[in-house]
Amino acid sequence: MSVDAATVKRIGRLARIRIEEDEVEKYQTELNTILGFVEQLGEVNVAGVEPMNSVTPMTLRRREDKVTDGGYPEQVVANAPLSEDNFFMVPKVIE
Amino acid sequence: MTDLTKLTLADARKGLTGKSFSSIELTEAYLAAIEGANRKLNAYVAVTADHARQMANASDERRMAGVAGPLEGIPLGIKDLFGTKGFHTQAASHILDGFRPEYESTVTANLWRDGAVMLGKLNMDEFAMGSSNETSYYGPVVNPWRSEGSNAQLVPGGSSGGSAAAVSAWLCAGATATDTGGSIRQPAAFTGTVGIKPTYGRCSRWGIVAFASSLDQAGPIARTVEDAAIMLTSMAGFDAKDSTSANLAVPDFAAAVELGVRGLVIGIPREYRMDGMPDEIEALWTQGIAWLTAAGATVRDISLPHTKYALPAYYIVAPAEASSNLARYDGVKYGLRVAGKDITDMYELTRAKGFGAEVRRRLMIGTYVLSAGYYDAYYVQAQKVRTLIKRDFEDAFNAGVDAILTPATPSAAFGVGDEDMKADPVKMYLNDVFTVTVNMAGLPGIAVPAGKDHAGLPLGLQLIGKPFDEATLFAAGRVIERSAAMDFSPVKWW
Repeated sequence: MSVDAATVKRIGRLARIRIEEDEVEKYQTELNTILGFVEQLGEVNVAGVEPMNSVTPMTLRRREDKVTDGGYPEQVVANAPLSEDNFFMVPKVIE
Repeated sequence: MTDLTKLTLADARKGLTGKSFSSIELTEAYLAAIEGANRKLNAYVAVTADHARQMANASDERRMAGVAGPLEGIPLGIKDLFGTKGFHTQAASHILDGFRPEYESTVTANLWRDGAVMLGKLNMDEFAMGSSNETSYYGPVVNPWRSEGSNAQLVPGGSSGGSAAAVSAWLCAGATATDTGGSIRQPAAFTGTVGIKPTYGRCSRWGIVAFASSLDQAGPIARTVEDAAIMLTSMAGFDAKDSTSANLAVPDFAAAVELGVRGLVIGIPREYRMDGMPDEIEALWTQGIAWLTAAGATVRDISLPHTKYALPAYYIVAPAEASSNLARYDGVKYGLRVAGKDITDMYELTRAKGFGAEVRRRLMIGTYVLSAGYYDAYYVQAQKVRTLIKRDFEDAFNAGVDAILTPATPSAAFGVGDEDMKADPVKMYLNDVFTVTVNMAGLPGIAVPAGKDHAGLPLGLQLIGKPFDEATLFAAGRVIERSAAMDFSPVKWW
């Protein structure tokens, strides 16, 4: 499988990374190099093999469903590029 | 007085305990060394001198009061990936511009609990994505080692290149690092230092900037096997805040260092004898086998048949997880924001400007392999291959193998700005060919300096252990260190 220019632009939109017209070809070459490298996985016989979802044999711990943290909104927004009254500020989303 | 910065961590600890010098004296010596070296080596992205002095003075007061932790007064460097409350934490990325976390990572909190002193934050590949420390927003780290008779700058490896260079150049007594595909072991091998990636779950990931959550593990880079054991004992431990943290007691790893290898079975995997492997790497490996045999171990040829698929599987799994983890950098909650005509425009511009080329490349790959129609072909296939890679190791251990010996890297350190690697990202990825299998299987792996190449540059051997059996790696690593009996100090030029 290899990606074309339209796919590069579509992936850029999905990844929320602006790709300028003059960058498309470079991305396309690099992505196809990497995809060419991983292609060899197709030759592995994986019949009956479960995909790994945990590298150590473990079940996720559970805890009581109660609030254990929080109550410091000023710390939460302390690093925001733009905030007001402990809210994150973003460009207008709804007209 | 001897140069305090040249002491191993263990000897510095003895000196502090015996009151031969104080933590503030040791800390000042390191701050002066950093001051003199950092412009040339670029190992630190932030030096926290005032804070270091405060911590050192507080440590000296504790010691006077008769309270001393296992790392009391020891000055350490911290990789920029670890959240340090109120201090520079940017994963060496532009997108985390100005970020000062409101929290402390569990691993660094454990070090401060045990009395250690923070000298500053160490350079690294951006978001830990790289094998040469050249993807950092702050520019490359320069390896303290040079080829004999050459002034050419070499890379220290990556992603923990700042950690490895700082330890090698006597700019800290030890350093924290992280390893997702080889990022502790490869830079350790390139700088003549010792680096261990512990078993997945041994060190808490809480408060460490995430790259690929199923592969990331913290560990130390240090000057000796014993120093690494001392550091890991403090760094490790159960943490309820990390859902994959292992609820197991942490042994005193330093107690295992001199246990030797008598009676152990060491596996030698034939698949690691790659086509085109340089003779000197092959010779180093053979030498390592001879040392372990001479020390009483039994050596056995083994097969890990899926080895060659580990790196391609990694380059699906790691970017996929990264594309999810790095979705949080959107110009809203922290760091850089580039204004746009609407919110989507702002996201896209912020991420295009804030992420460097390698990070963008991996996010694109990760997004692609997770996108509709490709998920099964790439991601699920890679996770199945990962199961097989892990099974290979389990088969070897079940057959009686205690640890596995391999080269750490396919070569010694290469030049800054290597044209071949710049032109082809896969060439750079091949640096991790011997280390990445260990992350895929969640196992512990240690890199120990074992020899030098034709140009006098350090080369390392890797030992791979059973889950949570880091102790055996320290014991076997020490045998290699003792048998090599070489000085792995770079010649100071900076």
